[in-house]
Amino acid sequence: MDGLTLFGTWIAAFLTLCILSFLYKDNPFYKFAEYLFIGVSAGFWIAYNFHNLLVPNLIDPLFGADGAFPKLVREGQLDIRLLTVIAGLLGITMLFRFFPKVAWVSRYGIAFSVGLGAGLMFIVYLQANCIYQIWGTVQLSPIVITESATGWHFDWGASVANTLLIIGVVSALVYFYFSKEHKGLLGGTARLGIWFLMVSFGAAFGYTVMARISLLIGRMEFLIDDWIKETLIALGLL
Amino acid sequence: MKSAYAVLLLTVALTAAAHGQTLRTAENAAAADKAVDAGGSIDVTWAPSPDELEAEVKVLGYEVWRARRPAGDYKKLADVEAGKESYNFTDEEAENGVEYFYKVRVRGEEMSTDTAPVGPAKATREWFHPNRLNMLIAAVLLSAFILYYISQARAGKVLFIRRIAGLEAVQEAVGRATEMGKPVLFVPGIADIDDIQTIAAVTILGRVATMVAEYDASLLVPCSRSLVMSTAQEVVKEAYLEAGRPDAYRRENISYLTDDQFGYVAGVDGIMVREKPAANFYLGTFYAESLILAETGHSIGAIQIAGTAMPSQLPFFIAACDYTLIGEELFAASAYLSREPRLLGSLVGQDWGKVVILISIILGVVTAFLAQFGVEIFGRSIALEQLFVVK
Repeated sequence: MDGLTLFGTWIAAFLTLCILSFLYKDNPFYKFAEYLFIGVSAGFWIAYNFHNLLVPNLIDPLFGADGAFPKLVREGQLDIRLLTVIAGLLGITMLFRFFPKVAWVSRYGIAFSVGLGAGLMFIVYLQANCIYQIWGTVQLSPIVITESATGWHFDWGASVANTLLIIGVVSALVYFYFSKEHKGLLGGTARLGIWFLMVSFGAAFGYTVMARISLLIGRMEFLIDDWIKETLIALGLL
Repeated sequence: MKSAYAVLLLTVALTAAAHGQTLRTAENAAAADKAVDAGGSIDVTWAPSPDELEAEVKVLGYEVWRARRPAGDYKKLADVEAGKESYNFTDEEAENGVEYFYKVRVRGEEMSTDTAPVGPAKATREWFHPNRLNMLIAAVLLSAFILYYISQARAGKVLFIRRIAGLEAVQEAVGRATEMGKPVLFVPGIADIDDIQTIAAVTILGRVATMVAEYDASLLVPCSRSLVMSTAQEVVKEAYLEAGRPDAYRRENISYLTDDQFGYVAGVDGIMVREKPAANFYLGTFYAESLILAETGHSIGAIQIAGTAMPSQLPFFIAACDYTLIGEELFAASAYLSREPRLLGSLVGQDWGKVVILISIILGVVTAFLAQFGVEIFGRSIALEQLFVVK
């Protein structure tokens, strides 16, 4: 590892320790790392969004080599890319927030974003959370009979798995039924549904905790291998 | 490229002549716009070369080439393995409205032969996608239920909504913060305003802000997206106005930190340990930051109410928060808190959508069971699964 890289590793290690010091309590080192992190990342994302969103979606189509404005001037034709002007204008409305008297103009941009998000997601959610869910469940038979050369056979494993899945889906769906009091049969089914949900959450919890532990291991490996070992090697002690 | 292509053809021809053999072209090559799609795709079809069927000369595979003119600069798009009765390749990189020509090359061990250019073919976008009719029916049905119940609610019909524990606690949490003289912290997730969970979170923020204004507590809303911050500022301002306390609105309390996931978490954690809010709300879209936020909130002794539709993050909120809104409870929250007829009608309408889903599932399961025994109607399998396939 060359000197400059090792210097960078020292800074990274110092900032890692500053952040980890939060485990003890809030302190000036954590505050320093926190402010630095927020400041640097906010600046980074502004530059990232400019180069990856504004430039390819607005500036290039309008003012690039084959931009719509020059074409419009040359040929007097409307171009589909001029639609980006509308998006650009909506974006500019957001800047009106800096001027209190006309800050209301920014509501047009906000309203468009919220409406667009809700409209697009209506179909996405309907497909992913509704139609696919139904499709996945209606393929299941609670009693699975298989045919072989020796005759019909009852498949215990598949039958139990399918039955659990069907009951789980139906009961969890009943839990999310809001316009009836959960009493009697409805209440019992909803309680079963929440049991199914909690069991699945428990499994997900264990799985994700293991993933988080691996993140911690990654950071520890960085501190031990990339920082301490490399420093000792650079000093000729290892 | 053009000269390279000519040299390649010449080499192929010379090689073939040297061996005294030729490779016959693929048959019935055709190119046409892919039917019923959103555009951008052209189907290229062809039948095997007679040499593949008769096995006189070994055919290794086929190549699909594309150009903008019949005698233009052809570029290779794909390799297709031999061994099929008919071939189909979908060019998914076509621009809508642009004419393309295609050639199919039969590739042998030592030679190859091209078909004549086929085309022109243009990708077009269809207005109606018959294979997605089921989606249309589901959307229309659900919308009809929602609109019907909204009209019922507006006409004065009382609509019942069952108790949701997490939402009953909202008032308690705000009241506790007021009594303790500490702020309420509202974290609207890390997604942008076009995410439906963020929209739900901001709607709930409006109700929470009204309570905060009425109780004369203070509200902190750190945001990770500038658009969410702008929307949250508008919503909270409106809520304070509604509560008759526009003077108490503090725009600077609804702030932007950073778009970066863990930079945002570091900032919110800092706010928590320094401002020591008495009530924390985590509502919206969350990823790996969920547990870090909830654990820090727990360590400062705040009452915590979380809600998300992210299945992978729900376990962490359930473990570390006092109340958790699971999945659709988050979307029901704004109707529950506001009791506004329009939102209540929408919620009841969605419930009827769930009834339809339940009936579909039960019918589907019964038919899947019967289909095992070959039960048919009009010569077709009784199973309903095909009705729910979305292409």
